[in-house]
Amino acid sequence: MMSFLPENIATYGNEIDSLFYLIYYITGAAFVLVSVLLVSFLVLYRERPGRRAVYSHGNTTLELVWTIIPALILIVITFLSIPSWSKVKSRIPESDLHIRITAKQFNWEVQYPGPDGKFDTADDQTFDNEVHVPIGKPVVLHLRSRDVIHSVFIPAARFKQDAVPGREILQWIEVTKPGKYEIPCAELCGFGHSGMKGYLFVHTPEEYQQWVKEKWPS
Amino acid sequence: MAQSTTATAHDVHEHHDLGFVRTYIFSTDHKMIARQFLFMGLFMLLIGGFLAMLIRWELGWPETPVPGLHWLFSDTEGVIPPEVYNMIFTMHATLMIFFVVMPIMVGCFGNFLIPLMLGARDMAFPKLNMLSFWTGALSGVIMLSGFFVSGGHAAAGWTAYAPLSAVPQYSGVHWGQNLWLISLFVLGVSSMMGSINYITTVVNMRAPGMTLFRMPLVIWSLFITAILLLLALPVLTSAAAMLLFDRTLGTHWFDPAGGGEPLLWQHLFWFFGHPEVYILVLPAMGVTSDVLSTFSRKPIFGYRAMAYSMISIAFLSWIVYGHHMFVSGMSPALGTSFMLTTMVIAVPSAIKSFNWLGTLWGGSIRFRTPMIHAIAFLSSFTIGGLSGIFMASAPVDIFIQDTYFIVAHFHYVVAGIIFAMFAAITYWYPKLFGREMNDTVGRIHALLTFVFFNLVFFPMHFLGVGGMMRRIYNPTQYEFLQHLQPIAVFMSVCAFILGAVQILFIWNFVASLFNGKKASRNPWQANTMEWQAASPPPHGNWDGAIPTVYRGPYEYSVPSMTEDYLPQTQAVAGATAGGRGH
Repeated sequence: MMSFLPENIATYGNEIDSLFYLIYYITGAAFVLVSVLLVSFLVLYRERPGRRAVYSHGNTTLELVWTIIPALILIVITFLSIPSWSKVKSRIPESDLHIRITAKQFNWEVQYPGPDGKFDTADDQTFDNEVHVPIGKPVVLHLRSRDVIHSVFIPAARFKQDAVPGREILQWIEVTKPGKYEIPCAELCGFGHSGMKGYLFVHTPEEYQQWVKEKWPS
Repeated sequence: MAQSTTATAHDVHEHHDLGFVRTYIFSTDHKMIARQFLFMGLFMLLIGGFLAMLIRWELGWPETPVPGLHWLFSDTEGVIPPEVYNMIFTMHATLMIFFVVMPIMVGCFGNFLIPLMLGARDMAFPKLNMLSFWTGALSGVIMLSGFFVSGGHAAAGWTAYAPLSAVPQYSGVHWGQNLWLISLFVLGVSSMMGSINYITTVVNMRAPGMTLFRMPLVIWSLFITAILLLLALPVLTSAAAMLLFDRTLGTHWFDPAGGGEPLLWQHLFWFFGHPEVYILVLPAMGVTSDVLSTFSRKPIFGYRAMAYSMISIAFLSWIVYGHHMFVSGMSPALGTSFMLTTMVIAVPSAIKSFNWLGTLWGGSIRFRTPMIHAIAFLSSFTIGGLSGIFMASAPVDIFIQDTYFIVAHFHYVVAGIIFAMFAAITYWYPKLFGREMNDTVGRIHALLTFVFFNLVFFPMHFLGVGGMMRRIYNPTQYEFLQHLQPIAVFMSVCAFILGAVQILFIWNFVASLFNGKKASRNPWQANTMEWQAASPPPHGNWDGAIPTVYRGPYEYSVPSMTEDYLPQTQAVAGATAGGRGH
């Protein structure tokens, strides 16, 4: 199953994928255990002449075992998940690259603050459905929406955040591999939801500088 | 609570001839009302199932004409337009959740079983019961009418997130969404009436000797479900009214353009919505416990743990809902607490799965139709429960949210409920209709349904891990999804076969009504009280006095007895009504 996961290009993607794999192994083991028990019980304990069912109402020790062990496993998974959750969602790192993505029916408006580093000034530029970033540096994304709830989903970066009208949500990514990656919308937003997508263009630092020079020639 | 066993006005010896209308249409008899809910639910299952077939056509062969349905999509030469696709999955979910599972599991089996399994002659409030069905039927008519209005039916998902659902201009849907909201409002009223009846009946009308811990687990499940409904529905009903007012009266609860808050809708909806999914699954768990015990000829493993785990699930269900909102913009700190509670709620469900396995261990298993369906529920619910653990971890959910991994998860748990529904229908059919269904056809249907169900839904986990989003009609629009298309085609072919296999059930159900072998009182040799009444029971349920209960419901294979079952109401030398409940 895990072989279907898209290639990961985000720094925090490794932690997320590790948790994904951990849960996969634990649930996989549980699934195998339950399936083996189920099938063997169905075969071993099918009705046969001369054999009567065991008259038992249960076993308290077993109940405790299969309450406590799953509870411990789940609590461990929770505490392993908390640091990654905080890092990805709560702690926005310092960065000199801020990009505003405004979602609307049915595309992404991607606004760069330009050389002055401030949004809504004369040197801003807005692109349709294209986000350009360099590798190796955290990028802060400012998510907004003009109309309904959309969701910025970058599968390769293990990034997803709803863009909600009436508020701005700050998120961040840092990517490690150049390439072109799709940015679908992941929240039903109307009749154009299917097909609503943009692209993340990840550049080497040199290529990124070239792109900046191209767009802001002065 | 002892109930008077002297003759009452409903004594079965008095023969009322109420006429066709009062017997079959406006009946206050819980058994007739149960059958009415069943027929309504089965009819809606056909529509919901048809909508699923349309979804699978579109996903397998996107933007191609649907064979045989050019007339339905005449403007686009038989191709399903995108806005119509949004309506199709919205209505598939809406009908399945609100008009199939709830009417059948809660409306039919709640009504049918609660009085019969507890030793009551009817529900506490028979007229309220009748009103509850007809209100539900009205809500069904309102919901179906939405298909025929201009702008089409609701198309914002069964979750109806605002502002897409709040502002008609954003979706292009006008009266369809309004009717959807009105229908759910009316259905909420119907369910709340039913809940009051069920709770009162369970608390007040049990036969002598029927202590709470001698009630069958299916009754426990329906009792707990009724309490959840009573507390959760007012929230949905209020939220639906607020959304309707946003759409029609110019309020701005959920529209930021007017100072409203989109996330408020999500909090209200999911505060209802999460208990709602336990409302859907608890009765299925109750049915599974009863069927597994009966057909293993063994007491349920850990009866009290089973009851307490259902109670824990019900309590916890109120404080997990934020796991639907991890990436919604809700505070991440709140997300952390919902992550913890969501992991915890997996524990009582795991206990139940292990106890069901414990029930099978050492049993003398009879592989009749209801048993195969119950085993199918156990298998599906286990897989669905395990997949839930991935989503419970908030950082992993960042990737999984709104992908097909979620669709796989909820189909395994909720569509697994459909197996429990088939188990319930095939198990209680003799008592409902006085005839037996064909067990051979039943078993073939059960096995084929189980196999094809897994072939359709297991691959959805792979699609989700591959990043495929929900609610899109053409995955090939995305380069990163194109390689998954062969899987989609395979799933669709299996889905059509799964749909076709249901013809076996429909035929078995309908034909047995007329030609089925007449059923004896207790064809399954089961212990619970309903099997002491005639098949079907007359008005008033028992001939003569209400039986007394001497023991718990799962006394199978008692060593000192010749028979491998011992009905709750069978007196045995030395047995008294006031014995230790167990």
